[in-house]
Amino acid sequence: MDKTAETPAHIRKEVKTPGKLSRMFLSFYDVCQFVTRFFKEGFLPPYEGKELMRQCYDIGYRSLALISLTGFITGIVFTKQSRPSLAEFGATSWLPSLVGIALLRTLAPLLTSLIAAGKVGSSIGAELGSMRVTEQIDAMEVSATNPFKFLVTTRVLAATITIPILTFYTAMVGMLGALLNVSLFEDTSARAFFQMSLESITFLDITASTVKAILFGFTIGIVGCYQGYNSSKGTEGVGKAANSAVVIGMFLIFIEEIISVQFFSLFRT
Amino acid sequence: MEQKKTTDIGQEKVIEVKGLYKSFGNYDVLKGVDLDLHRRENLVVLGKSGTGKSVLIKILVGLLSPDEGEVKVLGQHVDQISYKQLLDLRLKVGFSFQNSALYDSMTVRQNLEFPLVRNQRKLTKGEVNQAVERVLDAVGLLQTINQMPSELSGGQRKRVGIARTLILQPEVMLYDEPTAGLDPITCLEINSLINEVQERFHTSSIVITHDLTCAKAVGNRVAMLLDGKFERQGTFEEVFNTSDERVKPFYDYNFIQ
Repeated sequence: MDKTAETPAHIRKEVKTPGKLSRMFLSFYDVCQFVTRFFKEGFLPPYEGKELMRQCYDIGYRSLALISLTGFITGIVFTKQSRPSLAEFGATSWLPSLVGIALLRTLAPLLTSLIAAGKVGSSIGAELGSMRVTEQIDAMEVSATNPFKFLVTTRVLAATITIPILTFYTAMVGMLGALLNVSLFEDTSARAFFQMSLESITFLDITASTVKAILFGFTIGIVGCYQGYNSSKGTEGVGKAANSAVVIGMFLIFIEEIISVQFFSLFRT
Repeated sequence: MEQKKTTDIGQEKVIEVKGLYKSFGNYDVLKGVDLDLHRRENLVVLGKSGTGKSVLIKILVGLLSPDEGEVKVLGQHVDQISYKQLLDLRLKVGFSFQNSALYDSMTVRQNLEFPLVRNQRKLTKGEVNQAVERVLDAVGLLQTINQMPSELSGGQRKRVGIARTLILQPEVMLYDEPTAGLDPITCLEINSLINEVQERFHTSSIVITHDLTCAKAVGNRVAMLLDGKFERQGTFEEVFNTSDERVKPFYDYNFIQ
């Protein structure tokens, strides 16, 4: 049957495959729309408080073991590796201050976020991707539930709330690791260690760390949700969504780290 | 196999589609579809795979948007209303997916509770439980209430999927391939369930299928989607009493082979 004879002129359209640059702009536009929709829907009722709490528990509590282990080991290793350099200048007494500043300013936010990007980002990407390809998101749509509000806003908010809390937890556990190392090799009491560490930390350090952790948490949540929510092509798409959530999430975290370090250094001078 | 008897079909149109066009890239799927569904009518849409049957009902619930044409469901233009109005409209339109689309991280009870508690937030726990048990009982699966979807058979999953749509007491039911991938006995059970739903819940339905046994058993009217249009509509006999070479093989395959 002649297809063109049947179809009205306004419907017959030659759809050209967009080029690489056009695809990039289209993707960027999609991401902007997705982020805008998050801010639009995240703060308007009805609120999904119960689901938000569940997601906070999932993201926070279930990451605790891995983050505790990593934070503790980082504290030990960082202290051990820093000691020889300080010893050359006879400044090993500065170790607690150095560890405190390093952990709070950079190591804790970065470490926590990278672990969360791997664990939480991939889990969000795979879960939403799987829901998309098995039509569970469509099923929510047709049962008069807004899936964006239920699935996306709750996960992004949960990541944004939980990552800063986990960051301070990592810093604390890292300090304990450092204390263990210090108490093995030096005559420094726990009280003196914490006093020296905390004295060197400023309000700006805490603010910068909190802002960075919020930004990293939001990035992990939004990237994971975007990749999963828009996944396609069956099981291959689910794998791709999980993978992209981790890779893009980590990449953006490093970019944000560079920018935020530059930004907060303006206030330090 | 018995032909479905015509029940008290009303004159009021619950779905009106005029001149509907939909294409994906260069591939035109629907090319001017016209369709009416009357109150308490079961309309079966037949057609080969890839002819746009599922696309049609996805447009009816706003999961896809039409390129051209008028789509009215329960008096509202689906493509012209706000998202909030669309969600309200979807409360009245049940959609049963081909693969059931059950939430696999939730039990059967939670699957059924989900749409109810989200849309009727003032219901008490007791009222929710009562509603869940009522629809599960209607599909004959009360015993599976605490099971996970992965523990159910294909037929049971379809039934739970139908129960999940019924819990919102829809006026219109859209079934996407309700018997696909099921054994003949389960197919007959699903056919009976579709008829039961029509009688008990007074729904109007569109049933998408390429199973003629299902079409004959549940359809008050049959419409055949050929080359992007409904070219044959009527009772089962009217549609298949033809020498049209595009229709005959369909019938022969189902009833002769």
